[in-house]
Amino acid sequence: MPTKGFFTDTTLCIGCKACEVACKQWNQLPDDGFLFTAMSYDNTVSLGASTWRHVAFIERPEPLNGQVAGDFSWLFSSDVCKHCARAGCLESCPTGAIIRTEFGSVYVQPDVCNGCGYCVVNCPFGVIDRRDDDGRAWKCTLCYDRLRENMIPACAKACPTESIKFGDLDDLRAAAQTRVEQLHENGMHEAYLYGAGAESQPGTEGLHAFFLLADRPEVYNLPPDPVVPTKPGKQAWASMGFAMAGMALAAIGSVLLGARR
Amino acid sequence: MAECHPVGFRWVMKARERGATIIHVDPRFTRTSAVANIHVPIRAGSDIAFLGGIVHYILENDRYFHDYVVNYTNASAIIDDEFLDTEDLDGLFSGFDTEKGKYQIKSWMYKGVEPESRRPIQAERTDLTLQDPRCVFQILKRHYSRYTAAIVEQTCGIPRELFERVAETLCRNSGRERTSAFCYAVGWTQHTVGVQFIRTAAIIQLLLGNIGRPGGGIMALRGHASIQGSTDIPTLYNLLPGYLPMPKTKHDQTLEKYMRNNESPSGWWGEFPKYMVSFLKAYFGDAATKENNWCYDYLPTLNADHSHMNTVAAMADGRRKGYFLMGENPSVGSMNCALQRKGLRNLEWLVVRDLNLIESAEFWRNAPEIERGEVRPEQIATEVFFFPAAAHTEKDGSFTNTQRMLQWHHQAIMPPGDARSELDFIVHLGHRLKRLYQNEYDQPRNWPIRDLVWNYRMKGPIAEVDAESVLYEINGYTVADGKPVEGFTSLKDDGSTACGCWIYSGSYRDGKNMPARRTPHWEQNWVANEWGWAWPHNRRILYNRASADPEGRPWSERKKLVWWDENQKRWEGFDNPDFILDRPPSYRPSKDARGKDTIAGDDPFIMQTDGKGWIYVPTGLEDGPLPTHYEPEESIMKNPLYGQQCNPQRMEWHRRDNPYHRPYDDPNFPCVLTTYRLTEHHTAGGMSRWLSWLSELQPEMFCEVSPELARERNLENGGWATIRTARAEIEARVLVTERVKPLRLNGHVVHQVGLPYHWSSKGIVRGDAANELIGFVADPNVSIQESKAFTGTIEAGRTGRNRRAATSGPLAPEINPMPWERDLPEARGNHEARHGCKTVETKEGHR
Repeated sequence: MPTKGFFTDTTLCIGCKACEVACKQWNQLPDDGFLFTAMSYDNTVSLGASTWRHVAFIERPEPLNGQVAGDFSWLFSSDVCKHCARAGCLESCPTGAIIRTEFGSVYVQPDVCNGCGYCVVNCPFGVIDRRDDDGRAWKCTLCYDRLRENMIPACAKACPTESIKFGDLDDLRAAAQTRVEQLHENGMHEAYLYGAGAESQPGTEGLHAFFLLADRPEVYNLPPDPVVPTKPGKQAWASMGFAMAGMALAAIGSVLLGARR
Repeated sequence: MAECHPVGFRWVMKARERGATIIHVDPRFTRTSAVANIHVPIRAGSDIAFLGGIVHYILENDRYFHDYVVNYTNASAIIDDEFLDTEDLDGLFSGFDTEKGKYQIKSWMYKGVEPESRRPIQAERTDLTLQDPRCVFQILKRHYSRYTAAIVEQTCGIPRELFERVAETLCRNSGRERTSAFCYAVGWTQHTVGVQFIRTAAIIQLLLGNIGRPGGGIMALRGHASIQGSTDIPTLYNLLPGYLPMPKTKHDQTLEKYMRNNESPSGWWGEFPKYMVSFLKAYFGDAATKENNWCYDYLPTLNADHSHMNTVAAMADGRRKGYFLMGENPSVGSMNCALQRKGLRNLEWLVVRDLNLIESAEFWRNAPEIERGEVRPEQIATEVFFFPAAAHTEKDGSFTNTQRMLQWHHQAIMPPGDARSELDFIVHLGHRLKRLYQNEYDQPRNWPIRDLVWNYRMKGPIAEVDAESVLYEINGYTVADGKPVEGFTSLKDDGSTACGCWIYSGSYRDGKNMPARRTPHWEQNWVANEWGWAWPHNRRILYNRASADPEGRPWSERKKLVWWDENQKRWEGFDNPDFILDRPPSYRPSKDARGKDTIAGDDPFIMQTDGKGWIYVPTGLEDGPLPTHYEPEESIMKNPLYGQQCNPQRMEWHRRDNPYHRPYDDPNFPCVLTTYRLTEHHTAGGMSRWLSWLSELQPEMFCEVSPELARERNLENGGWATIRTARAEIEARVLVTERVKPLRLNGHVVHQVGLPYHWSSKGIVRGDAANELIGFVADPNVSIQESKAFTGTIEAGRTGRNRRAATSGPLAPEINPMPWERDLPEARGNHEARHGCKTVETKEGHR
């Protein structure tokens, strides 16, 4: 089964939030409260246990390449679980609830999850969270149930401008590269891919849901260099081994030195 | 468009990706602006100055499509000698009768043509060199001679360089090889000069040769999925299906008079009797005979202007008994909400059909004035009936969208409980009325109900009306054998055909549900006319004859759409030709030709009496043959172009509960206010504020203000503000954003405040309704309200004045409107605005 994923081309996003609503409707998720944030048109704020697609709205006091609108531009980006190639949530899950599916996606089995919350602190993106009412951890499933019926995820289906593209990861990566080159040719040099592969994002070894952005990651509230906490595991053990050896040396050394007298 | 039509906007994005330039002209920077190539910030209400500036630019720089203009428009027509332009009369056209407050339009006519005569309205005299000072082209040039880039900057707040860039981009992308399209919505229509905004765009597109050509034209984006259908079929008081005029009590007492008053001696509208007779046969079937004039006398007639605002004003004065409110929420969505509710309070009965208990159904126990204690439910005598409505997924039917395309939708699930479609409700109501009156059928006043053809098929487990049987009636059929007709060309005026709506005729030809077609695009050409069905005759681009030159050859290979095939002696093309198929380009009508025989081979605009695109409108509009920049009813500046401040024909309602501000420089109301929609909600909220997934996306009513205004008035982002006009005051959260910019006009800074209008007192998320602030004032041609540009003021915090409205008395002595100098003599104290139709009280009240 080829690995599936999302390529979200934010230059095509019109901020309509159809993805947010389609996801909630398909998965029958509860609302997250009715809070006016005064953060541009973003009242959703972040991904969480009951919000698996979140559109960011960024008002910038600088122009967008190719646009005549004074010193101003408004960027939109539909955020989602990245289904990382090395997933922090999956590697930290003690019960084995979080698994890698045949589509390469990261999936939380709700009947196994015990709500310990280890996954929450291990996601470098702050995607996964626990629901207050039932205690379990929830996140985007890449519409696992729809994929098994040969349908595409609800958000991709609903997106009117095909900003959210779903398909085989290899194909998406190729298409994204072409798109970036095309944008560069048209003068939009600030366009780049975020998380398109292990070389550009070693900390996660690449995202199965990657993005085309028009500004630095921080502007979109994305970490510039995300690292899955379990990745440096070998180094951590090595450092600890080194430290232990060092301490043993120091201990033996001090005893030996003391014994000389 | 991205805000209100995100799904349709996918085509704009695709066009952009293919290299199209998207120019967005709007007072605010919206989600459309975010993905457009150029954003043009414009003062709300000043679009005629902007568009007129473009007309000026086109003419000054000779950028018009010469062959198109000379051959396909009335640019060459000579106008009556008595005609005087706004340049001569400081903002008025000739013929304004100050006594009556109306234009006598005789002097606007083509020279030598009597408007009342039965001869075709064709220009008697033309100058194809376009040089004669009395020809339309030169009148146009003179009319817009002062609409320079400097004036555009001064009036609209658009910097000169930006304006010229837009005009140049438009001109460079028009002509033989390229076409440009305009798309607009209520930002253009909801003004006292709304119709004239669109007219100015029509002039631009005619000058540039963009009408009737692929990628050109002017697209009207509508407010909801089938609002085009609501004027086609229609739900308007002054129209019968297919834009047949409603008979008027005063002028159309008999069928003969009605035909004579509305028939046209030239053009396609000359076929009018066939449509009218077929329509009457559809209504009254066998009872309609030649002898009784096809039961024409059964039709109600118009004795006054029964448009929305007049009707509500009459309701508020206790002069209306009952009201059906179906899928509409005027207590939130219409202007001067408090006055709307006052109207509802004074009815005897009200029937509401909706998905939820909307504010207009709950006005009697849940409303700001009830919350304040000013009105008590015990005082309200209105009997309210609420019928739950089926959603569009729970019923069959069609939507007619802005492309005139009908698309069928199928019932996916049964409606819950007692919820039923409008179709079911109306059909069963009709059956019950027939039963109710069946013992009194001897009385002539009940004959219309007796003779109404009402035999729609029922289907399904709960006996719902089969919508296809209605489509069949709309399409039309031959009376003798009941076979569906092919199209409106098959209709007759001898009673042998019946047709519910002539423009939709053909949508059920051969008994096939054409709107239900879903041929994918890869199985047909790029025009794709096998998806759904568009009126008329499935033509996708109207007036597409204009895509070919006078000899019938496409203007360019790149933009070919229809053309004359000399071998087959007929018009061919990618689209269905909007022309008489076998009429050659060389055809010229004889002197005594009538009806459609007057259409020459080079007359693409077949619905006009002279077959030409009307740059200048000699007859048909109340407020002028050419669009003129008038300020909104309530503005922040004197009209920089003319002494005449506002549209002299605008409709006003002089009532205590509908006070107006000063026309300009009102010290109490110095901000420009505008209302609009957001993607997340739908119009008055009936379909979105009851859904948690939409409500959480935009949970509270808010206003959008610039950082400069916020500093000036101590408004905090996320805080509260009170917005006030003489009509009402409302509270809203504050969103401070650079997407709203102050305007610099004439050296002054003018602030705009943006108000989404989705909220009111019911639903999961509630707030104050922006439309409480707006007054009744309307355009004279179609009586649409002015809700996109008016004045008001804003202050920080919730002022605790309990959100009062003018229906309870003036808001405060200091903002009670003082007498001011207006531009017209004071309208006579008539509770119904004058509009061309006088109220006639008959013995039994209003017929």
